[in-house]
Amino acid sequence: MSSVAHTETAAWIVALRVARRKARLRLIAIMLGLVVTGVGLTLVTGPSMTTPSELLRILAGYDVPGASFSVRELRLPRAVLSIIAGMSFGLGGVIFQTLLRNPLASPDIIGISAGASAAAVFAIVVLGWDGSAVSILAVIAGMAVALLIYLLAWRDGVAGARLILVGIGLSAMLDSMIAYVLSRAPAWTMQDALRWLTGSVNGATLAEALPVLLSLTIFGGLLLARRDNLEAMRLGDDTAAALGVPLAREKLLAVMAAVGLIAVATAVSGPIAFVAFLSGPIAKRITGPGRSPLIAAALVGALLVLLGDYTGQHLLAGRYPVGVVTGALGAPYLIFLIIRSHRSGREA
Amino acid sequence: MTAVSSTGSTLGALQRSRRSHLAWLSVVLSVLACACLLSVSLGTRDVGWADIFAGVTGSTETIAQAVVVVRVPRTVLAVLAGAALGLAGAVMQGVTRNPLADPGILGVNAGAAMAVVIGIAWFGMETLDAFLWTAILGAGLAACFVYAIGSLGRGGATPLKLALAGAATAIASSSFTIAIILPRNDIAGGVRSWQIGGIGGASFDAILPCLPFLVAGLILCLLSARGLNLLALGDDAAAGLGAHVAWARGGAALGAVLLCGATTAICGPIGFVGLVVPHVCRLLVGADHRWLLPFSALTGAILLIGADVIGRIIARPSEMDVGIVTAFIGAPVFIWIVRKRRVRDL
Repeated sequence: MSSVAHTETAAWIVALRVARRKARLRLIAIMLGLVVTGVGLTLVTGPSMTTPSELLRILAGYDVPGASFSVRELRLPRAVLSIIAGMSFGLGGVIFQTLLRNPLASPDIIGISAGASAAAVFAIVVLGWDGSAVSILAVIAGMAVALLIYLLAWRDGVAGARLILVGIGLSAMLDSMIAYVLSRAPAWTMQDALRWLTGSVNGATLAEALPVLLSLTIFGGLLLARRDNLEAMRLGDDTAAALGVPLAREKLLAVMAAVGLIAVATAVSGPIAFVAFLSGPIAKRITGPGRSPLIAAALVGALLVLLGDYTGQHLLAGRYPVGVVTGALGAPYLIFLIIRSHRSGREA
Repeated sequence: MTAVSSTGSTLGALQRSRRSHLAWLSVVLSVLACACLLSVSLGTRDVGWADIFAGVTGSTETIAQAVVVVRVPRTVLAVLAGAALGLAGAVMQGVTRNPLADPGILGVNAGAAMAVVIGIAWFGMETLDAFLWTAILGAGLAACFVYAIGSLGRGGATPLKLALAGAATAIASSSFTIAIILPRNDIAGGVRSWQIGGIGGASFDAILPCLPFLVAGLILCLLSARGLNLLALGDDAAAGLGAHVAWARGGAALGAVLLCGATTAICGPIGFVGLVVPHVCRLLVGADHRWLLPFSALTGAILLIGADVIGRIIARPSEMDVGIVTAFIGAPVFIWIVRKRRVRDL
């Protein structure tokens, strides 16, 4: 009798798993479809519209007079950088939120992005560097800031609340430093400033996007390969240790990979406001509890940057860099999140 | 007998603490005077005594005297703004009973700046009076907003929740500020001055209209000292001791908002002065607001003048905005306060 009930339950669980798996795959397919649509929109829209048939011919390698240049040299790099920077921010953000077990502890609130951005500004404006040297310095600075926050928050162990507050303080200081370096720049333009204050993909080139792609492949691949361990860590240190996760090593690897992702992307596009912060929570809403939100978070990040940039370029009265759009969109969401976490009684 | 002697010793202790407070007061006042002198004499071009006297009496015959004529209003503005911000910070920390309260961290200054930018861009405001009213309105709205969000849910307005609500509001305000200014080439040059506070372009013409607001805020804040002392015991105890809790809190908050709004309207958002100063003053004179508030005002003036002079010296021959210097002084203090407290109190 009871064995029949067991078999029934087992069959039910299997069916549920299959259904969930299908639903998840469908969601990811929908998101991929949205990303492709976003890329398509970015590629065809401009002062002179490109028809889809022209676009296909250009992508196939033919020359279409009057359209090839703007698609290949202007719009394609922009779309590519939007996607990979968005994925980097989304992935890096969700790792921080998972490790610190706090939806508010994303790298853009606690100063990691500000550290990378300050280093990039310093390297470009004061030292006159460009290219991958800037990215490397940004990564080192991001790591250094992460380490500094950790050390400053250390007092008989690290508490999440103290870590976040220390991060807020440090990021105020780093923002001031960015503003100062920018104000000293010889040819200080609004566009440059906005890139480093809120993030922008204006004037992207494929050569610029290359280091971001590299870091996304290396660090992102590393994180995806270890997502089971990350899932276990989401349950808390004790549980993860009991499940056989080598905590110290895994945490260090995950943090370094996440800082790498954020810092390299920041070195090229600036700290695109709130993308790292928003992607994780949205992705968790989409995938539901109990599943690793990594891939979904990366896709949500790409979508946010693509659509934010499209909105800023074509749908509003003026032309805004993407960071202004995501910042304006993200701030009310942050407030919503605070209100909701209060309602449900959890400590923020 | 024992009762009498213990009363006597309490009185003695009170007198001694009063004497030490007065001693500290004279120290603070003389430091302030020195800071003012330094502020007039130091900068890209250092100025001697004779020129200072000549410049103060209005002579502009030499370059040095002309420099003094420019630096005097700047020093006056630094004193006023620093006193206003220090006092506002002390009052906010008292009203919210929160050691991390500061007009900058709680997003009040950013809200005031955004309100002024909206007024300029959408309503074509041009007069300083209009800026002032808008800035005060923006500061008030931002303060209510941040406090409302920060005190929702369990545990009331904890420092962590207030700081996060303030950070969110500041990011939101600055994003909207950029979004409003960016398509407007006619006002885009002013973006920076609404993001980093500075007192570089001070003139008496700009300072005068703010004086009534600053004086009103100052009086409201100083009058609230007794109320804040009672509020520090907790709302129930304060009500039991005869304080009108809502009025005491509201009046003090209104005074702080007037001070922040008026300061931001002239200088732009300057952070961390209101955070650092009350903590230093508590070390000097203790937690009694009747002493703490005037000391915070004086020390705030010293800090802002000091930050301004440092900004002029380290970036010679150009200048570093005072808002940047205060962030570099204030952020480490912020982190120190956070480290000092137990996690449960955050």
